[in-house]
Amino acid sequence: MSRSVMWWLPRGLLLGLFAFFIFGPLVNLVLWSVAESWFWPNRLPSQYGFRFWERVFRPEGQAMESLWLSIWIASLTTLLCLAVSVPAAWALAKANLRWRAAILMLFLLPQAFPNLPVYINIARIFFTFDLNGTVIGVVLVHAAHGLVYSIWIATAAFAAVDDDLELAARNIGASALTAFRTVTLPLAAPGIAASAVFVFLESLDEFTASYFVGAPEVRTLPLLLFSAAAGGNMQVAAITALILLVPSVLFMLIVERFLRAEVLAKVGK
Amino acid sequence: MLPYLLLAPALFVVGAFFLVPLAFSVGGAFEGPQGPTLANLANAASLYRMDLLFTLLIVVASTALTGLGAVAIGGYLTLGRSKLALRLLGAMYRWPLFIPFIVAAQAMRGFIGQNGLMNNTLVWIGLMPQEWAQSFLDWRGIVITFVWKQLPFATLLVAGAMAALDRSGIEAAQNLGANRLRILIGIVIPQVARNIMVALVLSFVTMMSVLSVPMMISGQSPTMLTVAMAWRINSFGDYGTANALGLVSCVMTGLVAWVWLRQAAAERAR
Repeated sequence: MSRSVMWWLPRGLLLGLFAFFIFGPLVNLVLWSVAESWFWPNRLPSQYGFRFWERVFRPEGQAMESLWLSIWIASLTTLLCLAVSVPAAWALAKANLRWRAAILMLFLLPQAFPNLPVYINIARIFFTFDLNGTVIGVVLVHAAHGLVYSIWIATAAFAAVDDDLELAARNIGASALTAFRTVTLPLAAPGIAASAVFVFLESLDEFTASYFVGAPEVRTLPLLLFSAAAGGNMQVAAITALILLVPSVLFMLIVERFLRAEVLAKVGK
Repeated sequence: MLPYLLLAPALFVVGAFFLVPLAFSVGGAFEGPQGPTLANLANAASLYRMDLLFTLLIVVASTALTGLGAVAIGGYLTLGRSKLALRLLGAMYRWPLFIPFIVAAQAMRGFIGQNGLMNNTLVWIGLMPQEWAQSFLDWRGIVITFVWKQLPFATLLVAGAMAALDRSGIEAAQNLGANRLRILIGIVIPQVARNIMVALVLSFVTMMSVLSVPMMISGQSPTMLTVAMAWRINSFGDYGTANALGLVSCVMTGLVAWVWLRQAAAERAR
């Protein structure tokens, strides 16, 4: 008995500490979102309620407006990324390109450099084209950064489709386009869908670019979260944060079902 | 010809909305009212030397802690024997993976403050007297938030590589009586060293360009370069100094990325 306690106690403590580290901040968000009053020296909120949720979710409230705007921007970004990525990814996966590795690297660059100097200069360029503070402007910047996901994952998805299947379709008389549309594209679709979710989330969560290019006219959810936090409104900030948190956690839980191992193994190759 | 036509729209998006502004940023660092100048860089160096060191300290510390955590968790997931502990750990560590930095910052802000949930809980269970409660909302808070956010990503890469290892080496060492710490250090880590490097480089670069976390966790000076850049723009419209600071942070990440690319090239040559 004492041996099993000695065996379990350190493991249990370490796991408990780790759980505290991972979930503590999240519990704190949930508590703040339902705290109607929480002042020192109270260790927990002294009054609970959904008053702030009602305020945030009022149809005419700013948060709903920001939420729909964020979803709209993320949808447009995803559409734009898919529209340019599917043909590009097919070319990268199936054509014998001389500069293939360099081109793949090029799409990684937006993630491999500190973005902030780029954003401030985009804002400066957009200013002359009247794109600052417009939805299109924000979508274009988000798309440049989402492309690495859609291109890399879609390329891996196309590469995982066996060439012989497309050849078989061609042999029985399908045109190149028909073979692509009826054989290759459906087989690569799960991977492409996964890449679309990546792009959507990346855009939904994006803060820095929206801050420089979109604000103050285009007020996405992360920008609203930031101004609520800066204004000291912990409840509204917590609720906005939770709205952003839910899709990210859901995606984390299901991403492996979307991305098959043989696609994952080909990402970036 | 067709493949390049198919690639053209995607290349245009990256070119127009990333490469061109990046070039503007580098050019802007040397741009003065009277033509090319080094004044911006000098200005950045004299005003923000402390912030540069501060940024380096925070990002290096966060990267190191992230690496240690990822190796520890990955190591346990590979070598651990308790099924229950493995399942619990595997289910827990991924949670922050896709949570945006700004949400992480907001969650941490309430958690690690002087009267935050962390101190309150520790005092409540009696592990700590109330007088010890201090605020972590300074450089330590930034490091904690960065590690919380980046650990799942790094662990995913490292644990994935460890899981793909050939188990026979590990089993041979176990049969010879080596304990698990020695197996981790002597057998597992050397084989996944390159994957650990990739995870660390990507984390380093990511953390270098986060604006929301330093802005929300710690507003005081010195602060991180991203906040300094935003400040130059928003308060002074001073693109010269901001671009000079941008150049410095690009060079810092560029050096790190270069080390990684050289390793990747060496691997391909094999």
